[in-house]
Parts: sequence; structure tokens; C-alpha cells
Amino acid sequence: MATDTADLAGSPFPGEVALARASLDRRPDWLRAHLGWAVVGAVVGWFFGRYVGDLIAGSWPVSQDTTMNNVAVVFGLSFGVLGWLVGIGGLTYPLLKMLGREPAPAPASRSWLRYFRLTEDHKVVGLQYLIGVLVFLFTAGLLAMAIRTELLSPTSHVFGPGTYIAIVGEHGTMMMMMASSAVVGPLGNWLVPLMIGSRRMAYPRVEAVSFWVFAAGYLVIMTALPLGGFSTGWTGYAPLQTQANPGMDAYLVGFAVIGLGMIMAGFNLAATIINYRAPGMTWSRIPIFVWSILATTALLVLATPTLIVAGYLGVLDRTVQTAFYVTEHGGSSFLWENLFWFFGHPEVYIMALPGFGIVMEMLPVFTRKPLFAYRVAAAGMIGVALLSFFVWQHHLFQSGINPDMRPLFMLTTELISIPTGFLYLVTLGTLWKAKIRFEVPMLFCLGMLFNFLIGGITGVFLSDVPVDVTVHGSFFVMAHFHYTIMGGLIFALFGGLYYWLPKMTGKQLNKRLGQAHFWTFFVFFNFTFFPLFLVGLLGQPRRVFEYAHNLQTLNDISSISAFLLGASFLIFIFNFVWSVYIDPVQAPDNPWNSKGLEWQTATPVPWFDFERIPVVLSDPYHYGEPAAPPVADMGIPALARIGAASPDQSVRPHDVASSPESPGNFDPHPPIM
Amino acid sequence: MPGDGPGLREGSPEPATTGDPAPMPPARPPSGSGPAREARHGWRMVGLWVLLSAIADPLFYYLAGPHIPPGTMSNTADGAQFDFNILLIAALPVILAVWIYMGYAVVNWRASRNGPDPVGGPEARSNLPIQFTWIVVTTALVLFLFGFGTYELVQPEGAGGGQGPAPIFMPASHDVLAIQVIGQQWKWTYRYPTFGGFETTDLVVPDHTAIAFHVTSLDVVHDFWVYQLGVKADANPGQDDVAYTTPDQLGSFVVRCDELCGLWHGAMYDWGKVVTPTQFQSWAESTERQLAANTRFLPPFAWTYTPDANGADGGYYPDSVDPYSPVLTYGAKQPGEPLPATTTGKDRK
Repeated sequence: MATDTADLAGSPFPGEVALARASLDRRPDWLRAHLGWAVVGAVVGWFFGRYVGDLIAGSWPVSQDTTMNNVAVVFGLSFGVLGWLVGIGGLTYPLLKMLGREPAPAPASRSWLRYFRLTEDHKVVGLQYLIGVLVFLFTAGLLAMAIRTELLSPTSHVFGPGTYIAIVGEHGTMMMMMASSAVVGPLGNWLVPLMIGSRRMAYPRVEAVSFWVFAAGYLVIMTALPLGGFSTGWTGYAPLQTQANPGMDAYLVGFAVIGLGMIMAGFNLAATIINYRAPGMTWSRIPIFVWSILATTALLVLATPTLIVAGYLGVLDRTVQTAFYVTEHGGSSFLWENLFWFFGHPEVYIMALPGFGIVMEMLPVFTRKPLFAYRVAAAGMIGVALLSFFVWQHHLFQSGINPDMRPLFMLTTELISIPTGFLYLVTLGTLWKAKIRFEVPMLFCLGMLFNFLIGGITGVFLSDVPVDVTVHGSFFVMAHFHYTIMGGLIFALFGGLYYWLPKMTGKQLNKRLGQAHFWTFFVFFNFTFFPLFLVGLLGQPRRVFEYAHNLQTLNDISSISAFLLGASFLIFIFNFVWSVYIDPVQAPDNPWNSKGLEWQTATPVPWFDFERIPVVLSDPYHYGEPAAPPVADMGIPALARIGAASPDQSVRPHDVASSPESPGNFDPHPPIM
Repeated sequence: MPGDGPGLREGSPEPATTGDPAPMPPARPPSGSGPAREARHGWRMVGLWVLLSAIADPLFYYLAGPHIPPGTMSNTADGAQFDFNILLIAALPVILAVWIYMGYAVVNWRASRNGPDPVGGPEARSNLPIQFTWIVVTTALVLFLFGFGTYELVQPEGAGGGQGPAPIFMPASHDVLAIQVIGQQWKWTYRYPTFGGFETTDLVVPDHTAIAFHVTSLDVVHDFWVYQLGVKADANPGQDDVAYTTPDQLGSFVVRCDELCGLWHGAMYDWGKVVTPTQFQSWAESTERQLAANTRFLPPFAWTYTPDANGADGGYYPDSVDPYSPVLTYGAKQPGEPLPATTTGKDRK
């Protein structure tokens, strides 16, 4: 306690010190909200919800007949999530404000424990998201390998059909949940304020909670397995949804929870980009990655509510016996299909646009050229985002609705390839007469462009109704969207990690291991998924556990490559652990010699991001111009003994206070002098 | 990094180009060869692209094209194959263009070759003629594909896709054989309304006859995929989903469920066959006779049926009906279209 006062005495915010001292949360460290309490809250909430659900519906004939009580499961999951959020402290602030009390902020801690807490530092949230996304990815990746194990043989089985279907659904759903935040979560949260010259997010509390909501979504969808899995795959088609076992409740609640996190992360980022740009950071100067995040946030905020509504109706059907999706009682299975895909197709671009943003952000650095046709790139991403709301019925070409709508949706779907073509124009134009440095991130860029081309072109085949009659619902579709999501987004994500991890962690990743990761990833990715185009074309539907004998060779090539693909991720994990923890090599401040604003601040990035709010002078792509102006005026460091010169009042003083490692000086990093 | 602040830190700046310290105009590569080399790069790529496209397209069309799924067993399969081939012919040059460009860039413009430093400035940031051409070409390509796809959709009676209860792309022939396809967890059954409405698990169709598959479901959403005939239509509970095709070769074909429908979805497949119209007529008549006793216990023929209480609603909606009675739960007459007259085989032609 005494140190608090000492810390505050050294604080440069004299006006707010008194307030901060008066209201600082003075409970012992372990008593304040953290992951442990969240787990306790989730467990308590789960049992409480089960108890309430049994009380309400335990005697209903439905629960008796089917030996399952969906009301209890839904209540258990919902109260579990609520308990989780209470435990992590996510509801403390809004609840206290509503009660008219001033919440006591916790003293900012710089210990590793802050990664297990609600935190308002966007860089900590970004790293939390990174770990969360990787855990999601690797869990679902193991499930993918289980699927490929089953498909090694056309007729002999490793799993029973029920287990297999549960694995397929779990894999698909987890991957979709992960991919919708894969870039926006870790890189979006971490980079956007640094790229636009801001010291903070617009809604740091919302941002902090959004990660813990995302983590709750992981736990909810994982409970589907002990609840018996769900038999519908990630698309959750009704009325199969209505008849499925309680694992389905985990799917519906889980998607709603993830959707909530997506909306929160989305509007926080949008508000930040719109309102918190540094002086001079005009719309024609913001980095192209920020454009891609802005386009994505529009989709996150506008498309995701549909998913939550659709899931809510499904929960009602399953619990209180409404019939939104049950045809013979006045509902329609098409209602789910339309609602789901109205979300589902923008979701696809939620997963594609940030990948292009990363690639276009990195290309100028490694080609030493300006980004070609910057405005076309931004227009392309906005065009894709807009059009993505008008294409969803191409998922229903064979479903038996609206035969006259087919040409229209064929047109809108094919039109999307025009703005997508813009993005290729930009990337290829940037390569023109470049001086390409084949660093690891650049390899991933080129790999992404290679893969996404195949994914995009096969998408045109799917948009063509006559061809779609053959390939719809087959492994062709499956290969197509793995090429765009995994070959596009995940390649870009790993490229981005190799590129920005030196900034995020201050450690340089090993280049040779990175190259080994890329080449194994690239080769085995293509060997895994390219044969599946042929498999689909030759007549193998998705999500089957038996297939024609003549397709075994192709399936086996895919399966064996899938195992090796999984192994290539181990190289990344090894590289990460080795380079960051075991044998760390300090990264240079600007290892790629980038002009990006995020590289102009110190490494590791101080909590306040920038000593002074930079004044942006140009876009960050002035490569190949010896006389180019600096990207920003970062202030005069000699005068920037922080606190002496006008600090940004938007930074809350209690964040500054009481850093245990540096008593009397809130700045954990020595001033740059 | 002492001395300058983070904003002024540029790392090692761009290597200055051939001793040209003047801020204006932007540095250029050694004069003379500049524009000429640029032209050569472009033309080399274009030449390579034209050459490879000219080889790849015919090679694909004549060697692989005739074998592209779903084959040529019906007019809709023909259409799907032709469509796929045209799309691939359009796609191959696009893929080749990007690959050639990327390959050329990776080989020629790598830093280790120590070529001239890239030139920044406005001319590297945009090139309006190229941007304009790109947009015009991609738009033209997309509109062509749309027009072609729409023609191919309309012309062979909806391309074999399920068109719902009110189809708008119809076969030219007026003599259409209606076959009802009933999806249920986890098998297909077929009813032949023009042969007394008998129900069987054998799908037999005559060749050179327009066929209307009326696809419906008793429980969840299935998808009726007749692979070799190029037909795909969702089986929705309570909906009559019509898909047309006209087989033009004899042989057997695979029927698979193509929409995840639960536990045994992977095992929901069987085989059907295309026979001559004469063989079909005698098969249908004899089957009608053989099954006559069973057919009497079936619900009357309808385009859709009320799902089994064990089906979609999973016993959720307790009703007074014995869920295990096939007669009472499956087959209440539905409102909607008039039924075809359930005539006997002899009356047909």
C-alpha cells in the first residue's frame, strides 16, 4: 500500500493523482478479478443454471421422453458465461456505474499476471487474443487430423458415425469462430492504435471484455463434445438442428457468445479508426491494413447480429417448443438457411479481407516500392464488403427456393470477383520491377497470393449455377474455402506474425525455422487440399465417412499431407518458444526497415504507445524515394521527459501508477535519450 | 538507439541511387535503357502468357474436357460438363497470367540479383491506363461468365438444379415422367405417380425421356444428388422441389445424399439405372402389380407429406397419433397443386 502512494507521488499527472489515490482498488492482488475467479464463476454459473433449468423444465414431457433437458443445458451454459464474465471483472464497471458508484480502478500491474486479467492495454489484449486464437486453431486442427484419419479408408472406420459427425461439426465450428477473430483479434487490436498514431482504443473496456467473451466462446463450444456433439456440421441446418442432442445447445449458445465478442471487437475498432487517428492521419494516409480492418469491422458489426438472432430462434425451438424452423408447425427450414447465410457469407469476407490487408501492408516493405494503386486497394476492400451482403443465396442454389433469383445471385457473386481483382492488381502492381527480399513474411505473402488465386477462381466455378449443380456440397466446395481461408487468411496471419512478432515481443524469430515452417506449410497445404478438388468433382459429398473405393488414393494423399501439415505447425511453435523464451535474440527496433508508424516507436512498445502523439506527414509507403519525407513527426525526444511535456489527458492516470518494477518512475522503459 | 528519436530513425535509409542527391526529380535508373527494359519485361511476360495459354487451353479442352464430371449421361450432365470446360478455359489464362507474372517477378526482381533500385514516386504509385484496362477486362470477363452461365441455366431446363415447387425453367417436351423422391433418415424411396403411386427403393428411369424429380423429405433437409445425371435438389420437409433432366445414355448411376442429415448421412447412397423406355414400361408395370398389395397401405400419393413423429420434431410435439403407424402419420393430403391422375400403367400411352 505504501508503494502506491510513493508511485503516485512520482506521477506526472498531479491533477488526477488525488482522485486516483482515493479510488484505487486496494484489495490484495489475488482477490481482484482474474482468470481463476472467472473459472470459479463459470463453474458456479453452470451448476446454478442447470439447477434452475431442471427446476423449470425437469418435469416437462419433452425432458422425460428424450432424457435431455435443453432448458437446463442452455441455462447452464448462459449462466456459466455470465459467471465467467463476472469472475473476470467484465461486468464490474458497468454495473457500478449503473448503481451510481465510482468504480475503483485496479492499480496497473506490469507482472505477467496481467495477461490473465481484464486489461485496458490494447497490446496486452492483442497478445491475449493471439494465444487464444492459436489455442483455438490448434484444437480445431487436431480435430481436422482426426477427420483425415477416418477418411484414410473408404469403408473401414476409426470412429463410429456419431463420433465422426461430432468431430466434423466441432472442427468446422471452431475454425469458423477462430478465423473470424484470427487477424482482427491479435493483430487488429495490437496494431491499429499504433498504426494510426493513437495511445488508446476508443472503448478499452469493451475491447478487454471482447477477448474474455471470445475465450468463453471457446469453452462453450468445447462443452459440445461432452454433451454429445452436434450432428449438423458448422452450418447447423434446421430441422436437424431441432432434433439434435444437447451438444447443439453448445453450438447455438457458443456462436451467440462468439458473435457478441465479434460485435464488441468490431465496433471498438471502427470507432477507434474513425476517431482516434493522429493529426495528419488522413483517410488517404492510413495504412492499408487499417483499411482492411475498417472494412472488416463493418461486416462484423452488421452481419453478426443476424447470427445471434438465428441462434436465439433455434434455442427457442429446442427449449420452449416454438417452431420457427419446423415446417409442419408453421415454421420453415429456409428461415434458418437464409438467416445463417446472410451472416455466413459476409463472415467469409471477415476471414478474407484482413489477410489481404496484411499482405498489402507487408509487400511494400519487402519490395522496397510504394503500394501500387492505394485507392484501388481501399475501394476493392470496401466493394467486397458491400457486395458480400448481396450474395448469400448462392448457398441455396439447389435448395428449392426462388428459381428466378438464381441469375441475380449468380451475377452478384461473380461481381465480387471484380473488387477482389482490384486486390490482385494492387499486389501484382507492387511487385513490378521491385527488389524483393525473401524474408519469411514475404514468403508467406507470395504463398497467400498463390493459394488465394486458386481459391478465388474455384469460387467462380461455384457461382455458376450449372457447374454448382455438380460441385455444390461436395469436397470441391470444401477445398475451395480451405484455399481461401487457410491458404489466404492463415498464411497471411502467420506472415504477419513473423513480421510483427519482433515488435510485439521484442525478440527476433529464427529465420531458418521460419523458412522451414513456410515451405512445409505451403507444400503440404497444397498437397492436402488440391486433391480434394478432384475428390469433390469425382462425386464425394462433404461430411461423409464412406466414399467410393476409386477415390482412396486421392483421399490418402490428402490425409497423409494433412498430418505433415499439422507437423509443420510444430515448427512454428518450436520457433516461437525457442526464439522468445529459450534462446531469445533481441530484435532490432526496425528489423525490416519499414516506414510504418508502428515501427517508429520504441521496442518493446511502452504502455502509452507514443511518447508524443505523432503528427503524420505522409502515408507509410514512400519507398524508393531518397527525398521522401519522414512518415511522421514523432515529437522532440530531448524535451520529451515524459510528463514534463504535455501528456495526453486521455490516458488514465491509474494505469500509470504503481509499477512494481520501477518505483517512483512509471515508465518501465528508460526514456530514449 | 541513442541520438535521434524514434521518429527520425530510419534504420539504414534507402541506398541512394547512383549519386543523385537532388531531391527533385526522383532518381531514375541509368538513362537510356530504362523505358526499353521496361517494355521488354512486359512483352516477355505477354509472350510467355500467350504461348502457354495457347497450349494449355486446347490441351485441356480436348484431352481432359470429355472426361470432366459429371460425364455425358443426360442433357443436364452434358451442360454441366460443357459449362465447367468453358469456365476452365476462361480461368486457365487468368491463373497463368498471375503465375507467370509472379514467377517472373520472383526470378528477375529479387534483391539478390542486385538490379537497379526500385523507383518510387507517383509513377510507381499508380498507372491509370493499366488500372483502367484491368477493371474493364475483369468486368467484361465477369459479365461474359454471367451471361453464359444464365444461358446455360435456362436452356437445359434449369441445369438439373432443384427449382422448388414452381419451376420456371421447363423442358421442351410435354411428356414429362414424374418421379417422386422421398428423402428420409437415412434412405431414399421413390414413388411413381403415373403407375398407381407405388413406392420402391429402386430408381429406374427411361432414357430419352424428360424426367421431373419431385424431391421431398419426411424429416430433415437432405439433398438428392444423382451424380451422373447432373441433378441436385434439396429434399425439404413439406416442400416439393422439382428438378428436370433427360437421360440420353443407358447405364447405372449413383444417388447420394449431399446435405448433412445426421448420423448415417455418410451411408445414405444407392444406385439407380437408366433403361430403354420399353424396359422401363415393363419394369414399372410389373412392379406396380407386385407391389399392389403394399401400395394399398401407403398414404395416398401427395407432393408432400406430414413428417413422421419420429422425424424432424423428434417426438417434441406430443399428438394423439401413434407415431409408429405409417398410415396415420405419413401422408395427409396437402393443399397446393393438383395431383397427377394416378392411372395404371396401361393408360399411359
